[in-house]
Amino acid sequence: MVALTVNGQSHQIEADPDTPLLYVLRDELHLHGAKYGCGLGQCGSCTVMVDGQAVFSCVTPVLLLEGREITTVEGLGTIESPGPMQQAFIEEQAAQCGYCIPGMMMRAQALLQRNPGASDEEIVAHMEPNLCRCGTHMRILAAIKRAGGLMQMAAGGSTTDTAKRAG
Amino acid sequence: MKHVSVPDVSRRSVLFGTGSLVLAFSLRPAFAQTTVQGSEAQNFQQVEQAAPDLPGSLKTNPQLDSWIRIDADGSATVFTGKSELGQGIKTAVLQIAAEELKVPFASLKLIGPDTSLSPNEGYTAGSHSVQDSGTAIRHAAAQVREILIAQAAGRFNVAADSLKAEGGAVIAPDGRRATYGELVSAELIQVQAQPTSKLTPTEAFTVMGKPQKRIDIPGKVTGAPAYVQDMRPDGMVHGRVVRPPSPGARLRGVDASSVEGMPGVLKVVQDGSFLGVLAEKEWVAIKAMRTLSPLAQWDESPTLPGMDDLPRKLMALPQEDGIVTDDRKVVSATATHEATFTKPYQMHGSIGPSCALAVLNDGVTTVWTHTQGVYPDQKAISQMLRMPIEQVRVIHAEGSGCYGHNAADDAAADAALLAQALPGRPVRLQWMREQEHAWEPYSPGMVTKVRASTDANGNVVDWTYEVWSNSHNSRPGPAGNLLPARHIANGFQPEPAKLQITPEGNGDRNSNPLYAFPSRHVVWHFLKEAPLRVSALRGLGAYMNVFTIENTMDDLAAAAKADPVEYRLRHLQDERARDVVTKAAEMFGWKAGQTAPQNHGYGFAFARYKNLAAYCAVAMEVKVEPETGRVRILRVSSAADAGEIVNPDGIANQVQGGIVQSASWTLYEGVTFNDTRITSVDWSTYPIMRFDALPPKIDVEVIPRPGTPFLGAGECSQGPGGSALANAITNAIGRRIFDLPLSREKIRQAAGQV
Amino acid sequence: MNGSKLLRVLGALVVLVLLGIGGFIAYAWEREIPAAEPPAVSSIDPELVQRGATLAAVGNCNVCHTKEGGEVFAGGLALPTPFGTIYSTNITPDPETGIGRWSEEAFQRSMRSGVDREGRHLYPAFPFDHFTKVTDEDNRALYAYLMTRKPVKAEAQANDLPFPLNIRLAVAGWKLLFFREGVYQPDTAQSDEWNRGHYLADGLGHCGACHTPRNSLGAEKKDQLFAGGEAEGWTAYALNQNSPAPLPWDVDALTHYLANGWEEHHGVARGPMAPVTANMMSVPESDARAIATYVTSVMGEPTPERQARADKVRDQATRHPPGIQVQAAGGQTVPVAATSQDRGALIYAAACSSCHDAGRPVPYGGLPLALSTATYGPTPLNPINVILYGLPAPEGERGPIMPGFAGVLDDAQTADLLAYIRATFSDKPAWDDVQDLVRQVRSGKEHTDLQSLSSGGSAPANPTRRETSW
Repeated sequence: MVALTVNGQSHQIEADPDTPLLYVLRDELHLHGAKYGCGLGQCGSCTVMVDGQAVFSCVTPVLLLEGREITTVEGLGTIESPGPMQQAFIEEQAAQCGYCIPGMMMRAQALLQRNPGASDEEIVAHMEPNLCRCGTHMRILAAIKRAGGLMQMAAGGSTTDTAKRAG
Repeated sequence: MKHVSVPDVSRRSVLFGTGSLVLAFSLRPAFAQTTVQGSEAQNFQQVEQAAPDLPGSLKTNPQLDSWIRIDADGSATVFTGKSELGQGIKTAVLQIAAEELKVPFASLKLIGPDTSLSPNEGYTAGSHSVQDSGTAIRHAAAQVREILIAQAAGRFNVAADSLKAEGGAVIAPDGRRATYGELVSAELIQVQAQPTSKLTPTEAFTVMGKPQKRIDIPGKVTGAPAYVQDMRPDGMVHGRVVRPPSPGARLRGVDASSVEGMPGVLKVVQDGSFLGVLAEKEWVAIKAMRTLSPLAQWDESPTLPGMDDLPRKLMALPQEDGIVTDDRKVVSATATHEATFTKPYQMHGSIGPSCALAVLNDGVTTVWTHTQGVYPDQKAISQMLRMPIEQVRVIHAEGSGCYGHNAADDAAADAALLAQALPGRPVRLQWMREQEHAWEPYSPGMVTKVRASTDANGNVVDWTYEVWSNSHNSRPGPAGNLLPARHIANGFQPEPAKLQITPEGNGDRNSNPLYAFPSRHVVWHFLKEAPLRVSALRGLGAYMNVFTIENTMDDLAAAAKADPVEYRLRHLQDERARDVVTKAAEMFGWKAGQTAPQNHGYGFAFARYKNLAAYCAVAMEVKVEPETGRVRILRVSSAADAGEIVNPDGIANQVQGGIVQSASWTLYEGVTFNDTRITSVDWSTYPIMRFDALPPKIDVEVIPRPGTPFLGAGECSQGPGGSALANAITNAIGRRIFDLPLSREKIRQAAGQV
Repeated sequence: MNGSKLLRVLGALVVLVLLGIGGFIAYAWEREIPAAEPPAVSSIDPELVQRGATLAAVGNCNVCHTKEGGEVFAGGLALPTPFGTIYSTNITPDPETGIGRWSEEAFQRSMRSGVDREGRHLYPAFPFDHFTKVTDEDNRALYAYLMTRKPVKAEAQANDLPFPLNIRLAVAGWKLLFFREGVYQPDTAQSDEWNRGHYLADGLGHCGACHTPRNSLGAEKKDQLFAGGEAEGWTAYALNQNSPAPLPWDVDALTHYLANGWEEHHGVARGPMAPVTANMMSVPESDARAIATYVTSVMGEPTPERQARADKVRDQATRHPPGIQVQAAGGQTVPVAATSQDRGALIYAAACSSCHDAGRPVPYGGLPLALSTATYGPTPLNPINVILYGLPAPEGERGPIMPGFAGVLDDAQTADLLAYIRATFSDKPAWDDVQDLVRQVRSGKEHTDLQSLSSGGSAPANPTRRETSW
């Protein structure tokens, strides 16, 4: 039995302690945003946030995560009320097949939460671990920049829902 | 899942209109283009053409109710046999249907490929989705709308041409109004499409031709189940396969008892060399697979050619010549230019490894798969299972982008096999990363050879071209084209590929230049034996053939001391081709006589995909570090002409993606192997493009061609994209590299570094 | 820099002052060599340039003289030293900000004596104590190579050094104490190959700059050649008889490692060594072999005990399932997670084992940790760096990729994992203060700095040679 806090909710999960977080999220909690891509930490499609840091959920055993705050793309907003990162990806139409996108968003989220005004160079360097095969890179970068702008606006306008979600 | 929740209605219960209506409205001729015999979308699965005179996929599915359904409540449903692969086809066909039916875009429902529900459109391939399905839906929607208008005309007792359709209703000049639901009659009818339709003219478009946000993106960015990988039906179990260590390996024996005894493991399935495990939980299935793997004893054999001297080995394979074009004339030439280009095997490299879900219930095996062709898979899987075809139903569910024939169908077959072992329980079968890298069918290694003769002005007077390549297509249909069908006991052999010269081309695609060369001879040396398993990767032979032609055009321009853009225009008579070339050059600020800053280079390239789909020209600036061989793409301008535009943003997205993907092929990619095993088995051993080599944006302009046929655009930019990149690198370092990929080491050496 | 070191520096300077200011200045003064017009590129022999390129790769010049994201050889890289931060200079042929106005004579003098064209003493961050051994002929080739690079206008950033170290004359005192000028003199008792290796390793290659410990004034301890040192927060392992490698290096293995950046039984070059081997990939393998010949001679023959231990380790590591038969793609063979309740063991099983025990060959698969020098090293600095920050993908090339675990492993978990690795895969005593070191590595540097150092991404590459059959 493992206790996990995901998107602010506590869960008691029946899983071996060596189970990678990815399978717990997808199979036990039915949070499908994080995707299996390689299981080796080479592609980033499984990226989620742990205590605000981007991590590869495919190589992160749940035994390391008791008491840590896990955030998945489902924690950034909903289809009815998307958060700034999601809003930005929709507005930029930053997806082709979309499979890598939740991982991209979570890695970007970890950067922008620390520094919503990150420069282009910082964004590119930060996003380096994540792979996209459709060639959507430029739109992804544009969406991240747009998300940074939305977050800064939200932060400027006191604590809105989206800012809270992003935080 | 959308596909699961759709009520299991047959399209035969579709309702609308009555009787055989005399279509009294004015007609404009249907476009004669789209899927021709032998096209990539259909030539590996003979979809019978019931009505060859009809436009698009109406040829094979002439009933209007195959495409459009109007229910009594007025709601409209669109059916397509084309799969969403990330190209945005769902959104595009709905735009088309909304435009022609005159219903709000958001009100439409869509049924995707399903052997029990959708029309059979063969494969989703060759940039045919809009050409085939879009054309059919456009005409079907327009004809349905006119049938409903005619129905209303009778009801209102006014002339049909005084009525207009709007917002899902027909409206009379006096304000009387009848909704489609009211006009549709309760009894089932089937109407065959007419060859001509009253299409909405471009200037009246309200939905088509406008940027339309994709319907699937909001779900994908918020974690909604969107892919077959995300399906979690009740009672589902997890499957994994243990693949052989090499293509020629056979299972000698395995003692699986220790794995069968693992807690949570339901079953070990062995059938010949096919080995799989089923478990309640995914991590348990993975651990069981990993435990089982070293217990299996394999007999391996060296069936691969090894990497040394690969081009020569390819050229020495048994072959048959196909004449792509032979238009040789006696010409007088003053110079001859010869070059040979080589390309390694390359892979699709989907970010999400292939996955499928299958369940055996009441003798019927239902498979959810991200295949490009549900009907061909149905045939292949039923043959593999030795079951009547009616006992297999195949339903498309999205997967990670596939870019052609990847392991989707193989995973579907794996799932179907495993599902037989556990009737009643849905089996989710997921390939591992290394399995995808090692077992997907690759794009073939190729060799091309060009001999161009020029006159005193440096213009081409004769073009002699040879391409050595396997077929780029080994899709299922025949069971032997499914990987596990080869591994099972009493298994199936892959069907040998046959040489076929078609207008769209295969290994020879785009081998015949669009340039106006007075004399030409183009041959495909069709390689009959495939040392590695190969099949379709986006563009088939077009990428390599365009690469060769466009690299050579730059070398010829240099020999003629001409500007590369001007030199191309000299040889281009097709006005639309000239327009995209001119447009891309203008966007880029291309100037004859320009010189790039030191270590920078400018490159240009052009092609019309398949010589009959979209036109695309690309101009690019790169920066090369001679010391490291590293290449940075600094800016890209691209112009495309895709005929009538459905979703301009969708086309731009595809063109941008194609340029980036082909840049990755061009700079980095090659499958590696020794004489027995594949050695490029993950992203460590098969590197692809990452963010830092790319520019912040790629400019795309789509030239509008109102009133002209749709031209498939999904693969139009790979050829020009990769070629413009190579030409820019050559411009930067002063030397051309003939062997793909243009790796850092090759660039460094060519740049004069040790 | 700590206070006692500063005092010692000052003390040394006071001694110098007492030695006689006049005489010292006479000793320390170097003339300015007049500015010259850059030679026309076309006048330079391309073959000389090619030779220079190879030598520059041996010298690793690009690594210090290029800042992250900057133009090659344009300088600006911050070199933190215990005495302050020195910024590397622009050595492109730009006349204003680079060495465009340097005559060959000026270049030769800088290499031989550590003095710039204007006659100013250079700080020993520029390893002239090694470069002095380079022959005139090789310096001529290096000059030809550098003068044919792309000129880049980039002003050198001022060094950030405290008084009196910011007085360049102080360097003359340092030279008086520690610097012996002079070209390499071959040892006629040794083979040509050994001499070539010694010349390259001790001269341009400046191996000792990291692998030999330094005294409090930052000079290498000549009596402790290759006894191990530190570089950029990483341990530079001993290359003498104290080499911690579980399998003793031999000439073949070390040649392969230097020429390819990895070796099947020793692993992959990382940290500041990664760009060194990346550069070596473009050097003829005969030079790598010469260096290996010399360096292994310094290591000496392993003692019988060490050899016996090595045989045992090799035997275990290669028999460790699934190592009997190398598994291929699709196999993904990994021992099932250990059932031990030990937290380190569980972390290892879940996070490390899927690569390090998968049986996929080095360099693309993980090295069995029983073979890793890092497991046996005197400090856990290197494994801490790798565990926290991983091995980023080399750009567009085959190469190992390892995810960093800084985001998930806290300091205690990292220490648990290291304790497990040390106890399980080595016969060495536990490391001390691991958790403190983890904290130090984590706080000491930004991830991006480490990434640029460890990826070797800015170094030349020869990936075709990485695809050696395995």
